Amino acid sequence: MPKLRMREAVIRALADELESDPTVILMGEDIAEAGGPFKATEGLKEQFGARRVRDTPISEMGFLGAAVGAAATGLRPVVEMMFIEFIGVALDQLTTEACKFRFLSRGKLNVPLTVRASAGAGLGFGCQHSQMLDQWFRGTSGLKLAVPSDPQTAYGLLRAAIRDEDPVIILETRSLYGDRGEVTLGEAGIIPLGKGSILRSGSDVTVVALGQMVKHAAAAIQDGQIDAELIDLRTLIPWDRELVLESVSRTRRLVIVEESPYSGGWGTEIAAEVSRELFGQLLSPVHRITLPDTPVPYAASLESRYLPNAEVIRSQIDAYMTSGLSPEPWWRLEGLARA
Amino acid sequence: MTDQTQKDFLVEESLRRRSELSSPENRLDRMIEIRAVEGKLQSLFNDGFIRGSTHLSNGQEAISVGIAATITTSDWVTCTYRGHGTALSLGVTPTAVVGEIAGRVIGCVGGLGGSMHLCGVEVGLLPTFAIVGAGYPVAAGAALTAQYQGTSDIAVAICGDGATNIGAFYETLNLASIWKLPVIFVVENNLYGEYSRIQLTTPIEDLAQRADSFAMPGVIVDGQDLDAVMDAMTAAVSRARAGEGPTLLEMKTYRYSGHSRADQANYRPAGELDEWLLRDPINLYAHSLGISDAELEERRRVINAEVDMATEVALASPEPPIADLFEFV
Repeated sequence: MPKLRMREAVIRALADELESDPTVILMGEDIAEAGGPFKATEGLKEQFGARRVRDTPISEMGFLGAAVGAAATGLRPVVEMMFIEFIGVALDQLTTEACKFRFLSRGKLNVPLTVRASAGAGLGFGCQHSQMLDQWFRGTSGLKLAVPSDPQTAYGLLRAAIRDEDPVIILETRSLYGDRGEVTLGEAGIIPLGKGSILRSGSDVTVVALGQMVKHAAAAIQDGQIDAELIDLRTLIPWDRELVLESVSRTRRLVIVEESPYSGGWGTEIAAEVSRELFGQLLSPVHRITLPDTPVPYAASLESRYLPNAEVIRSQIDAYMTSGLSPEPWWRLEGLARA
Repeated sequence: MTDQTQKDFLVEESLRRRSELSSPENRLDRMIEIRAVEGKLQSLFNDGFIRGSTHLSNGQEAISVGIAATITTSDWVTCTYRGHGTALSLGVTPTAVVGEIAGRVIGCVGGLGGSMHLCGVEVGLLPTFAIVGAGYPVAAGAALTAQYQGTSDIAVAICGDGATNIGAFYETLNLASIWKLPVIFVVENNLYGEYSRIQLTTPIEDLAQRADSFAMPGVIVDGQDLDAVMDAMTAAVSRARAGEGPTLLEMKTYRYSGHSRADQANYRPAGELDEWLLRDPINLYAHSLGISDAELEERRRVINAEVDMATEVALASPEPPIADLFEFV
């Protein structure tokens, strides 16, 4: 089993799909000649040629829309959005066009399109290059969205996305591109969309996390003093309802760790569903550890407070377990904001 | 007939109707049919059979028919919410069009789309676009598939003059030009973007000029003259199929109605409509074929009766069952 950085796992996933399916093509800014701004497509143009690995102009609406049209008529395009924010100028093509084609053709057209984008905070890129933006997509039917947490999930989820018949967004947390891990390649390494994974079994509290928060949540509970069950959700749309409900029905407590805003973050939906299904069985309210409702700050000390880390997650879980209540977020405790 | 057999029949009928366009008289009849269907839609609206809005293309029939007559059913077309004429030209039946707009299960999208979302995959019509300009990049993508797979298929993107001021238009022309995609960009310049006269929104008169900065041919075409539309299309189609890249065709035309149902088009200068009516595409083409006014009237009478019958069939179809909402999401 090779040990790969996450960006290398992305390259392997793309190469393996390009190899196994001649209808797969890659499109994006600087991905071919330059090998990608994050080197996540390095070497692919040399291996597969400029016909299949295509540099585009800086025209997100143009090339994302072209990928929608190509997908509807027989190809499997994989589009790289350098930063997920860039999809803002192209959003119509994904949410209002691609996601309606099957519905409006009564099943005659599918749009097997994959959009990969770097996302997330922690590297000092400032407020227009550090968001996750999953909340922009969660209410759109016909769309899937997954967030890898390590090299294996980056490999496995991307291959599953390319094979899927729906438009799928893969948010690759930028801060994880350099992380290394052992990766099972080939068919055995493919991870189905819509399935979460229990990374650590426990009986006192379920901790659900996604993307780079998985690493921080794992670090927060690694000493074993709290008997926590850690779930890597892996796919956000659709999220693994059965896995989460089954786990919480055993532990009767739930902490959600999100790189997502307090208002409207993805944990709100899980909290609502868990409350509905398991209301009488819960020992404590569902607790969410989230970002504050602010833009991502630039200064290092502020960005490190903005993003939950292992220490904060641990102290929040401790307070939750001790009090049986959902602790206030830090910005409320410190009188900085009400929401 | 069950709903399904009836739908299968309409799909086959679409292909047959498309092949009919090889004959000039059938092309004339198709333009008459489009006019008749849109007239019928207007009255169905007034009688409360149709919800929401609709966007008529009366006056622009020669463009729709000219495009359909010069491409094949394996070529792809993206068009706007003003798409009744395009759908009928490509072959979609009046029953399927009226049925869709009336929200009936027999409609070409099973009643789930409505006026702005017609579709006819079997004749190359991708679901029509209700967002201005949105069909342009998608057509480029369909052309990319053809180029990549090495077929001789092409794509045609149809938009209005208003869409030439939206980013998708420029991004797509640029992309299509650098990749030499087999796509034809058709701009139906009917002089009004929604309620606004083109001079208020656009600093040039001839939109074909916009092709210059993308190093592709930009051609001004008399959109009221079916033969002129077909000639321009034929040249652009050959160029695209030969791998020489995209063409921008500006069709000068006029829509007789307002932007949508609610619009009485009071912003138009007095006499403008009358002037354009003198160059009505149906009359012009009929005269060019040597068809007398009396014969033209007779054709209109027969086709109106056919459209009446198609409408009866469409309205006899039920609204879709609720389970259809959850299918094909």
